[in-house]
Amino acid sequence: MNQFSYVRVTTPASAVAALAKDKAAMFLAGGTNLVDLMKSGVTQPQRLIDINQLPLTQIEKTNTGLRIGALAKNTAVAEHALVTEHFPLLSLALKAGASPQLRNMATVGGNMMQRTRCHYFYDIALPCNKRKPGSGCGAIGGFNRMHAIFGTSEQCIAVHPSDMCIALTALDATVTVTGPKGERKIPFGDFHRLPGNTPDKDNNLQKGELITWVDIPFNKTNHTHYLKVRDRASYAFALVSVGVTMEINDNKIVDARIAMGGVAHKPWRLKEVEAMLKGQPATEDTFSKAATLAMKDAKSFGGNDFKLTLAPNTIVETLKIAAGLA
Amino acid sequence: MSDPHNNADELFPASSRRTFLKQSSLLTALALTPDAMVKAAEKGLDETIAATIEKMSLSVTINGVKQSLKIEPRVTLLDLLREQLQLTGTKKGCDHGQCGACTVHVDGHRVNACLTLALTTEGRNITTIEGLENGAQLHPMQEAFIEHDGFQCGYCTPGQIMSAICCIREGHANTPEEIREYMSGNICRCGAYSHIVDAIVDVKQKGVKV
Repeated sequence: MNQFSYVRVTTPASAVAALAKDKAAMFLAGGTNLVDLMKSGVTQPQRLIDINQLPLTQIEKTNTGLRIGALAKNTAVAEHALVTEHFPLLSLALKAGASPQLRNMATVGGNMMQRTRCHYFYDIALPCNKRKPGSGCGAIGGFNRMHAIFGTSEQCIAVHPSDMCIALTALDATVTVTGPKGERKIPFGDFHRLPGNTPDKDNNLQKGELITWVDIPFNKTNHTHYLKVRDRASYAFALVSVGVTMEINDNKIVDARIAMGGVAHKPWRLKEVEAMLKGQPATEDTFSKAATLAMKDAKSFGGNDFKLTLAPNTIVETLKIAAGLA
Repeated sequence: MSDPHNNADELFPASSRRTFLKQSSLLTALALTPDAMVKAAEKGLDETIAATIEKMSLSVTINGVKQSLKIEPRVTLLDLLREQLQLTGTKKGCDHGQCGACTVHVDGHRVNACLTLALTTEGRNITTIEGLENGAQLHPMQEAFIEHDGFQCGYCTPGQIMSAICCIREGHANTPEEIREYMSGNICRCGAYSHIVDAIVDVKQKGVKV
């Protein structure tokens, strides 16, 4: 790990000020991804601004939903009574991620900021347009078993590894950030980016901004499941994951939210499928049609061809479980 | 920002930069910024220079003993415990948060020490495997691991035991299936898993305080 200087801050304003003062500085929260990246030589900040003491750990009701502070720990959010009551999808998704130890350390903001685990990105000896723009993409034409099937570009086929973000995407959360130019709100679906020609940019945060909290609006869905398919029973990243929450009345789907993990550079929201499902009977036949629609623009790269079958199967299975059919 | 090389030429025209920097008492007089010192150290200079890198104070309680330490920011809790405090019970398995061998308790919660920068534990209470025993008496979880043969080589075992204690405290040891899920952050290459689960089931069923 490179040498770096270190400072602790206790307010969002001082955090933003500290970052503005030093271009080579980064925020340190739980550190479960940043410290790992630093050990691997991928990220080498000259200064770490420890934001762990910021008063941003709230999990509370607002008039319209829940507000969760950026520094709330993954475990705390996953097990909070308000979350399990109002947004079980978020709890299920969080519990599907990492390990108990890591969930005790990791924060909501850090979970959003975590970087791909693509091994070409992680190995500084290998070509990676995300880590080093212009150096090429080792995954395209290389070992790409874990990689994307949607929204890829010629420069990058990496996936975003988060489970929590799948849930927050499906739940239409809003992210509040504060920076040198003040506070602004970002719809969760617009927080993360597709690679395009700038795979080095994972998200739409501007220079110097700090994530402060996430707001999730109440909804009427009550049929929920998060299904994560991976190489082992636990503690592994998704090959494919699907998060679903639906409102079903008289066996008809009134409202459906679906997002997928393990398949794209950002959580993959299935808006077309959601529109299609509205008013349809909650049957396996409906779900199969939904899965086919979801796969319309899928593209595989050799090592992940199996995802073209696994993904639609997982969509159907998740919808069935959520609807109580399986 | 002052450049150590230029200063060397100025004050000690005949010496190399390496020789100059070894005269560490002069460094303070030159009032290099921490960042400049960092850059100097980066250029692969020898270990004595590392000693001049700004160390920061850390006050932390470990196994009930308050420690006042001076460490570099990049020291992980794992390396602090093992290298500086000679508490070698906590093991370095993967050093990347993937195996759980480094599991310790910070304020009673299980974490991976390898990904914890030590400076972030300021003011906290840390418990390691060494902190479990009560005089000559082993912790009930340690006794259960022995009784149920919950280890072979023993390398993952301290981390398993620290993790197992929290698994019960967190209320996640109600069934073998739940135990397997909530112990999934601890990997055992010897494959002692089934006996580890037995040990945890036993301690949970006995209802003893962990």
